[in-house]
Amino acid sequence: MGRYFRRKLLIYGVTFVIAVTINFAIPRMMPGDPIARMLAQNKVSNVESAARMHAYYNDLFGLDVPLWQQYLNYWGALFQGDLGVSLFAFPSPVSSVVLDALPYTLGLLLPAILLSWFVGNGLGAIAARSKWLDNTALPVSYLLTAVPYMWLAILLAWVGGVILGWFPVAGGYSFSFSGPQFSWNFIVDALHHWFLPFLSLFLVALGGWAIGMRNLVIYELESDYSNYMQTLGAPRRLVRRYAFRNAMLPQISGLALQLGVVVGGALVTEVVFAYPGLGSLVLDAIQNQDFFLLQGILLFIVIGVLVFNFLADVVYVLVDPRTRLGLEGGAS
Amino acid sequence: MRHPRTAVAIAAAAVMALAACTDDGGGGEDPDDLSIDQFPRDETLYTTGAAWGPPADWNPVSGGEVTGLRGLGYEPLYLFNPNTQEMEPWLAESGEWTGDLTYQATLRDGITWSDGEQLTAEDVKYTVELGQLDGVPYSNVWDWLESVEVVDDLTVEFTFLEARHQEWDNFLFNTTIVPEHVFSEYSEDDIVTGANEDPVVSGPYTVHSHDQDRIAWVKRDDWWATEALGLEVQPTYIVDIVNTSNEVTLNMLMQGEVDLSNNFLPGISDLLEGDPNLSTYFSEPPYMAPANTAMLIPNTTMEPLDDAEFRRAMAFAISPGEIVDSVYSGIVAEANPTGLLPIWENYYDQEAISESGFQFEPSEAVSVLEEAGYEDSDGDGFVETLSGDPVELTLNVPAGWTDWEEAARAIASDLRDVGINVTEEFLDAGAVDEARDSGEFELVLNNQSGITNSPWGHYRYLFQLPVQDVQTGANFARFESQEAWDLTQQLAATATDDPEYAEIIADLQRISLEEMPSIPIWYNGAWAQASNAVWTNWPTQEGDNNAYPVTWNGFWTMGSIYMLTELEPAG
Repeated sequence: MGRYFRRKLLIYGVTFVIAVTINFAIPRMMPGDPIARMLAQNKVSNVESAARMHAYYNDLFGLDVPLWQQYLNYWGALFQGDLGVSLFAFPSPVSSVVLDALPYTLGLLLPAILLSWFVGNGLGAIAARSKWLDNTALPVSYLLTAVPYMWLAILLAWVGGVILGWFPVAGGYSFSFSGPQFSWNFIVDALHHWFLPFLSLFLVALGGWAIGMRNLVIYELESDYSNYMQTLGAPRRLVRRYAFRNAMLPQISGLALQLGVVVGGALVTEVVFAYPGLGSLVLDAIQNQDFFLLQGILLFIVIGVLVFNFLADVVYVLVDPRTRLGLEGGAS
Repeated sequence: MRHPRTAVAIAAAAVMALAACTDDGGGGEDPDDLSIDQFPRDETLYTTGAAWGPPADWNPVSGGEVTGLRGLGYEPLYLFNPNTQEMEPWLAESGEWTGDLTYQATLRDGITWSDGEQLTAEDVKYTVELGQLDGVPYSNVWDWLESVEVVDDLTVEFTFLEARHQEWDNFLFNTTIVPEHVFSEYSEDDIVTGANEDPVVSGPYTVHSHDQDRIAWVKRDDWWATEALGLEVQPTYIVDIVNTSNEVTLNMLMQGEVDLSNNFLPGISDLLEGDPNLSTYFSEPPYMAPANTAMLIPNTTMEPLDDAEFRRAMAFAISPGEIVDSVYSGIVAEANPTGLLPIWENYYDQEAISESGFQFEPSEAVSVLEEAGYEDSDGDGFVETLSGDPVELTLNVPAGWTDWEEAARAIASDLRDVGINVTEEFLDAGAVDEARDSGEFELVLNNQSGITNSPWGHYRYLFQLPVQDVQTGANFARFESQEAWDLTQQLAATATDDPEYAEIIADLQRISLEEMPSIPIWYNGAWAQASNAVWTNWPTQEGDNNAYPVTWNGFWTMGSIYMLTELEPAG
């Protein structure tokens, strides 16, 4: 088991280094001069000052040294937890911009992914055994997964926010609040803003999980071991429980992958519902050529994917005795 | 058998709990600022359209700034009123040129900073002298300013190396005075690039709170102008919302959640017609006040764009009317051939316009090309350069700027109609900027010449010399005319009431029409659509209440602050 995890950790370590390097390289390969962009945005009207400011800021952001040195500086700063200063939200540090947005993203995506996973798997497992449910829930699920997410989200925002007017069309909480606070009013308001974006993500993910689970359970129910148990006269309940457990395994690794990209945010959701979070931040960072912010967010995503994948590995070992036995046997 | 499920359940519960905890985080304000948790709707003005990112910079000395920082918070010595073309004393009670190279400004008595300290001549001297630090946006003033002296508590004297009257006026209304007692505590780096959170201000509002998608300002009780000028800002709170998508902005406006949107909303003209609930600056097309001139910038260092006659032919070939009608549905106006904004129409030189002006006339474009010797000798339908090489030009605009993309399509097709082979190409905005600044382009659209105190601003934008490797903010066409640049500098140094002032502007118009360094096409608007649901009496072009209803940076100090004193609750 120890060897297994050592090997996994090594792989994750190498992946991390490569990811950070790519992370460093990609924004610098984008066209355009971020400093000029930032100065233009701030409407520096004094033409004569612009050149002086350009030099000053180039120096400030360390963009005036050779690329290899920028790369070393980048690693150095990284280990000190310094992700640099954001250009587009200048002079805020990248870490504070990202951390401000993170709660919204996690608050939206974690419940959406986890709930859709639980409900979807439950629904799929039942559908596999019930003709009636199979004939109703399954087509609906197919519809939900097949619908382009963008379209569904816009439809929800339009119907719920504009036509019916039941839900707000923008913001993480009402613009009449001076800031997040502990009061019933605020919590209700925040949930009110949270509901539509959550629902859109929940619905789309739900269908996929349900279909997957249904197919897996049917497959397991028809596999040799199920048939064998049935011929032995095992109760149907017991057979179904075994089938369900076996069908869960691929779903768990699927969940881990989903959770891994959570920190990437839901770009489309956040744009359509004007909901704050990392997704819209990624878009802003790209549009404003904010190298540092983009790197910071990508780093969070990389770490997120690696951590959740590692967790999935651990959980897998716990839930699947075959993996455990395989490890002890020396093979992985 | 039992363990796996328990483990998953525990993990899930932990994650949920974590999510629940972090959900309440975000945004940290001062406890004493939270005396009000929720802004009463009838006392709050909601605006959007000015901010593109989270509020992060409260430092007027550095380039970046939050919505309203200059105007609501910090204030300049003078305001510039684009409607009257006059400088209006603001923090200064008066100011005048006391000699050829000296200017004296007298401050109003009794102006206090929001921390109770007096605003004095020392603050003015300190603010201007900050320009001696590299990296301060107004450092160029020290190219022609020699010294600042404090005469007494309320009087400052400026001594110049060169008396650049227009540039000085520009400085007076664009530079906001900062408190010395606060900024002198900062390190040099913090002065130039610090965030200056919790700003100590002199203006009608002070920062109440902020989060990543908004900033809230709250009215100050002891604003000097209430006593000195009888001005009272009406909204107790102003909440500016960071820009979202057009659809969301439009929804918020229609639902009355936003009172004033300074966004470009495509198709808004359909909604404006006959909707009493929405107000605009003009009651009929183009609805929006002209804010800047959108120009076609040719790279004048390459063949055939280096030929004034070729550029002239292009000017005749382009139909601004089509762009106004079909791209903008009538919410912008065609530009005057001089490119000068309508606020300067008194200076239009009609003689020069009738002699060397242009209008949409494809046949004229064709004959100008012929006369200049451009012909289509290989029969592909497009002209060649004088030396016989094929002309293939690319017009670049930023991808995603849908109105500009459409305009570029229209322009390219107009030019192809007269035999000039132009193709539109949409690039990442950053790539367009880089190409434009470094001179590695053929044709681009640009609108960086906008409302300011003098046509001098426009001519600096057109003619600035010397041309550098990287051009920032001016002369993107890389057009070299020493005569035009000398005149522009002369204009900077001429007072508005000097009879020579209009003459120089006329000379510059003639040069710009004859040489056509860039081709003015349409006036982009000061986009503003206001809802009458909660606040009424929005400024319009008619009457005295005619400040621009615009929250963009730089507009507050060009009179938009008056909008706040004129607003009335809808009752």
